[in-house]
Amino acid sequence: MTKRLLLFCLLALSAFAQTASDVDKKLADLDKAVKSAQSAGDNAWMLTSAALVLMMTGPGLALFYSGLVRRKNVLGTMMHSFIMMAIVTVLWGIIGYSLAFGEWTPFLGSGQYAFLNGVGAAPNPDYGATIPHQTYMVYQLMFAIITPALISGAFAERMKFSGMLLFMTLWTLLIYFPMAHMVWGKGGFLNAALGGKFPALDFAGGTVVHITSGVSALICALYLGKRRGFPAEEFRPHSLVLSVIGACLLWVGWFGFNAGSAVAASSLATSAFVATHFATAAAALAWTFAEWLKTGKPSVLGAISGAVAGLVAITPASGYVAPMPAFVIGAIAGVGCYLMVSVVKHKFGYDDSLDVFGVHGMGGTMGAILTGVFATNKVNNVFGGKPLGLIDGNVAQVGNQAIAVVIAWVLAIVGSFIILKVCDAITGVRVEPSEEIQGLDLSMHGEEGYNFEG
Amino acid sequence: MKKIEAIIQPHKLQEVKDAMKSIGIDGMTISDVRGHGRQKGHTEVYRGMEYQIDLLPKMKLEMVIPSERAEEVVRILMESARTGKIGDGKIFVYEVADAIRIRNGDRGDSAL
Repeated sequence: MTKRLLLFCLLALSAFAQTASDVDKKLADLDKAVKSAQSAGDNAWMLTSAALVLMMTGPGLALFYSGLVRRKNVLGTMMHSFIMMAIVTVLWGIIGYSLAFGEWTPFLGSGQYAFLNGVGAAPNPDYGATIPHQTYMVYQLMFAIITPALISGAFAERMKFSGMLLFMTLWTLLIYFPMAHMVWGKGGFLNAALGGKFPALDFAGGTVVHITSGVSALICALYLGKRRGFPAEEFRPHSLVLSVIGACLLWVGWFGFNAGSAVAASSLATSAFVATHFATAAAALAWTFAEWLKTGKPSVLGAISGAVAGLVAITPASGYVAPMPAFVIGAIAGVGCYLMVSVVKHKFGYDDSLDVFGVHGMGGTMGAILTGVFATNKVNNVFGGKPLGLIDGNVAQVGNQAIAVVIAWVLAIVGSFIILKVCDAITGVRVEPSEEIQGLDLSMHGEEGYNFEG
Repeated sequence: MKKIEAIIQPHKLQEVKDAMKSIGIDGMTISDVRGHGRQKGHTEVYRGMEYQIDLLPKMKLEMVIPSERAEEVVRILMESARTGKIGDGKIFVYEVADAIRIRNGDRGDSAL
């Protein structure tokens, strides 16, 4: 009897133990399945976003810019954007990603990820806990590509190709990588989420991308001087059709830029997507109506330029603001940038050929400051429950935003000037007068954009 | 033989072609050209930069016809290309020394 009882107890115990371990295993499996599903979803969105951001440079920016130049420079201008897709990728793989996202000083990353060492399938929890580290790396690469490409609009139609390559290489190394580290790198000086001294809110790159490129563009325009014959001769855009297509591709690609900066297929990505779209619409309308009032005609170039100004201004704010403030940010940027390129620029007389400073420099600066005004923890609780921007009651944030703006401006001005001096000494930066008259397509590349006789 | 060269408004091209066809003139060469006579141009504004555009797009027609048809062709051309406004263009008439058909060497009126 005792033996039977003992046997029964043993059996019951073992059955219980088996059930318990079954449940544990099932829970673990379930947990794993949920994580893998989330990872799959996030990774799909982030790879899509990376492709969208690359599309902004080529064909987006290449078309937008090349339509605005004269026919003899169409290929040279496209090449300025296209070659960035190649050269920055090489720099990024060798050392760039590491300098931007490695952990070292508040101003520059380390060499820990040089040659993409340690950047593989395993997620980096600091940057994106649910996606492969490699996805994050290639997504960020696309930002590094478009930023120098943006500058090229300022020196369009007159920069020597060799000088341009050297300038862009040094600029990416000495200005973009440090700035990206300060704002997005772990321990970066201005990083809002990962322990920065002055946490500045820059969701998708208002300071890193647009202020640095826009301000550097102004320095390039001033250093290289005006195009021959400017402004007496005719510098009409040779094909606004190209520019409209380019601007539309930029608008679409920008969803990858801003909504992708959520680094997940999350509701925050949706919020950034909506804010981006709303600001762009408001800015396109604002520029169009401002111009209509001033010159009597609502131009197509005005509408697309306004859209780009709105995209620029909402970039730092996109993951922190609600849709209605996005309208306001867009409208301010649309009117502000219009006045900048059509009134202020002509007063000063510099030849920022395709208005990189007026749109990206000024639009980026307005956006960075307005982010400090309209950011709210109802959209993105990045400060752990504390208020974000002025409308949350955090006045100091506007100050932090201003610090980030000043750093980006100073770095861009000083850095670009020094780099231009170096390039001027090594390769030269400006083409010969005869080459400029002939056009960059023939003089630099030995080709023509339009051979209709063929 | 005469050569008729006419500079006309681009939107009148179809009407002129139809009129020429109706009187049996079906050989012509057409090119896109830009120019201006007394017609004033227009202003274009790109991001606040103003450009005075005084060379306007026109069509140039060239036809070589037997001399005896010249007056008739000029009359029909005028009728079909006219809008009555400045910018309608001009017609020039030249003497032609000879015409040769490249395919078989026909010369003179029979080459037209």
